[in-house]
Amino acid sequence: MPRPATEVAGGDGPDGRTPADPSTPRPRARSRRRARADAGGVGPLGLGVATLWLSIIVLLPLAAVVAKSLDGGLPAFWEAITSPPATRALQLTLIVSIVVTVINAVMGTLIAWVLVRDEFRGKALVNALIDLPFALPTVVASIVLLTLIGQNSPVGLDLFATHWAIGIALLFVTLPFVVRSVQPVLLEVEKEAEEAAASLGAGNLTIFRLIILPALLPALVSGAGLAFARAVGEYGSVVLISGNTPRNQVASQYIFDRIETDRPAAAAAMSVTLLLITFAVLLLLRLFTWWRTRNEG
Amino acid sequence: MKVDRGPRIALRTVALVYLGLLLVLPVGLILYRTFEDGIGAFWDQISTPASISAISLTLEIVAIVVPLNVVFGVFVALALVRGRFRGRGIVQAIVDLPFAVSPVIVGVSLILLWGTDGWFGGVADAGFQIIFSLPGMVLATIFVTLPFVVREVEPVLHEIGNEQEQAASTLGADRWQTFWRITLPSIRWGLAYGIVLTIARALGEFGAVSVVSAGASGESETLTLLVANRFEDLNLPGSYAAATVLMGFALVALILMSLFEYRSKRA
Amino acid sequence: MIAAENVEKHYGDFHALRDVSIEIPDGSLTALLGPSGSGKSTLLRVIAGLEVPDSGAVVISGEDVTHTSPQKRGIGFVFQHYAAFKHMTVRDNVAFGLKIRKRGKDEIARRVDELLEIVGLAGYQTRYPSQLSGGQRQRMALARALAVEPQVLLLDEPFGALDAKVREDLRTWLRRLHDDVHVTTVLVTHDQEEAMDVADRIAVMSEGRIEQVGSPRELYDTPQTEFVMSFLGPTATLRGEVVRPHDLVLSHEKIDDGVAVIIERVVHLGFEVRVELLDEAGERVTAQTTRGRAAELGLYPGQALFVRTARPDQIPAL
Repeated sequence: MPRPATEVAGGDGPDGRTPADPSTPRPRARSRRRARADAGGVGPLGLGVATLWLSIIVLLPLAAVVAKSLDGGLPAFWEAITSPPATRALQLTLIVSIVVTVINAVMGTLIAWVLVRDEFRGKALVNALIDLPFALPTVVASIVLLTLIGQNSPVGLDLFATHWAIGIALLFVTLPFVVRSVQPVLLEVEKEAEEAAASLGAGNLTIFRLIILPALLPALVSGAGLAFARAVGEYGSVVLISGNTPRNQVASQYIFDRIETDRPAAAAAMSVTLLLITFAVLLLLRLFTWWRTRNEG
Repeated sequence: MKVDRGPRIALRTVALVYLGLLLVLPVGLILYRTFEDGIGAFWDQISTPASISAISLTLEIVAIVVPLNVVFGVFVALALVRGRFRGRGIVQAIVDLPFAVSPVIVGVSLILLWGTDGWFGGVADAGFQIIFSLPGMVLATIFVTLPFVVREVEPVLHEIGNEQEQAASTLGADRWQTFWRITLPSIRWGLAYGIVLTIARALGEFGAVSVVSAGASGESETLTLLVANRFEDLNLPGSYAAATVLMGFALVALILMSLFEYRSKRA
Repeated sequence: MIAAENVEKHYGDFHALRDVSIEIPDGSLTALLGPSGSGKSTLLRVIAGLEVPDSGAVVISGEDVTHTSPQKRGIGFVFQHYAAFKHMTVRDNVAFGLKIRKRGKDEIARRVDELLEIVGLAGYQTRYPSQLSGGQRQRMALARALAVEPQVLLLDEPFGALDAKVREDLRTWLRRLHDDVHVTTVLVTHDQEEAMDVADRIAVMSEGRIEQVGSPRELYDTPQTEFVMSFLGPTATLRGEVVRPHDLVLSHEKIDDGVAVIIERVVHLGFEVRVELLDEAGERVTAQTTRGRAAELGLYPGQALFVRTARPDQIPAL
């Protein structure tokens, strides 16, 4: 049976042990050595099955979309995504997503700060509440918001079928991203550094700008990026609230509409465009993280 | 940073008001709307044939998706953590892919693959309909929930290392025995967490399923589709009632999640 | 008897074992001693079947087991970090191998209690590993390995993760256990004191090779290589000769080929006294003597003395 390539555990040799200080045991036995193929791995056959599964479920469908979008060649693709309804949908999606992301970055950081540095009764409950948008089905989010800002709004705030409604729906579903990525970092920001800055006469705004914000930045950017990626593709929470008029249609609704009306090439072209935007954002995030870790060495 | 009482309370107020308006008020309002005509009215709405059919279809999908995701998810996690092979990074990326893909695109991609005009259209031609039928909804749900089990089990597998498994093998256990007696019990809380996430997402999936469902009331309508369809038919009480059922599920999922997180931290 | 014959093992570019051959007699307690990366753990894991050698053979009791899986080799293996089954009680941990072998319930219960008695964990049956100290966990791991009555007991730095005091206690305890149970045992360690204390045979390894095999005494007194010499104890270099510091003899008069030195520092370490010397060339030499001898000589810093080696016949030619 062919065994996968082995890997040497660092420069330490395959013993992987340091005799230096026996009183501090290695954190955990994370043996990087490849032991025999059957000591817990899945073997080459298993690997094949896993790959096949991932291919059928995830890769092949996406490949089919890409292939469909290029059915008529690049010019047809370009034409499909530059048609007036397509550009309108794309424009709306991107603008609302960017605005939502910015609001998320500000409010998310603020909420995280309050959750970490403030003390008040019921904080644990508020903290648990943050995950609600992740747990709530998107279409329920849509209905929930409509009771407040729909035609039957108890406060007389009827935003149904407006850009505002789309924005609020996206704010709802993307709320946890920034809060949850900033929160743990804020917990770890060194109090000493802040106190040192304060002792040197820095005011609170200066401390926030010069000490806290730089420390939060990677998490903030990553949370905001994930929120943006989610916003760009969001469908369920928007679908009922936007009225789904051609004027007020986000990209995912446009895709849905094209596939329903049997124009799969147009649906595929917009799908690929959205995928490219999302991947570009995620790639930028990766590069940003990589650049940060490299510079902080 | 010592923030004075005044500004601190101001910040707290801003945060709480924002959360209150965005989350609490709407959810409270929908609960009020659902139950304003009494629990009997709510019960009437969720015991119609269409409701019962939607609930059972949703549970049916969950019952198919969860075991498949558990088996393959644990399998993929084992391959990623214990295996050393070329292209590991690619497999990692594929596992994360469903997080980055809009649900509608998932649905469209399934139509383009399995639909009559798709690459695998032959399956439909042979009389085994996938799109606009249960298998399509199952495939869509598997797609969007694929990462959960893998991503929850993977770090646990990393943390426990493979020494326990090696110890079991030196004590005479074969691969299966090692898996059932050592590996599986060690990852149980992480796996449970992943399963809850999978169930929560499977119950609530809307976009991907709505693309590949025929959407016929009483037949191919899941709970989320029922919420949307009733709303569009202007049956607001019915829509609210179905949404409340889904919220109930979400609440249970939240509670179970914190429970399992607590257990896995303690273990 | 266990034998490794011409075993070769690579990890990528790293040559972990270079043509290693060793025989381990039945009933012995053999230590594989060497620094980190010397291949000692790899050799142990090859014997256990946790690693497959690139070439060469492993023979246990006359049977070639090179390609036999670990579970069929009749071995017991103890890991540095215990590899305790965290989700099982102490009783279930120890019973694991017996359950796999489908032994009767009563037999298992009896055997587990017996073993826990031996390792001093009687009464701990229903505890979980997280409720035990490191030393207790390792004793549980030993009981677990012994439960299946292995032909060979393999210990991979078993005391490496424990603090000094516990380590010493367990060492003595292991020695006694071995005298009682008599199972052929191979112990991997980087600690020469531990090897000399516990083992009746030591194989010193360096850079994937076995440097020398012998009793602790042989290795200490007649090391065949400089590496073995320096790894098994402190050394001093006098006129290019490598000797043990306690083999340096100090005197007021020049005897034989004694070297003139000046005392730089005298360190009293209880019974033993370390004397740091500077020779005429300004090279530092450290000698070791006893409290009585030091008092006799009346050593003080700045004093001029002569030093010579005690047993030139036993110092290896280098």
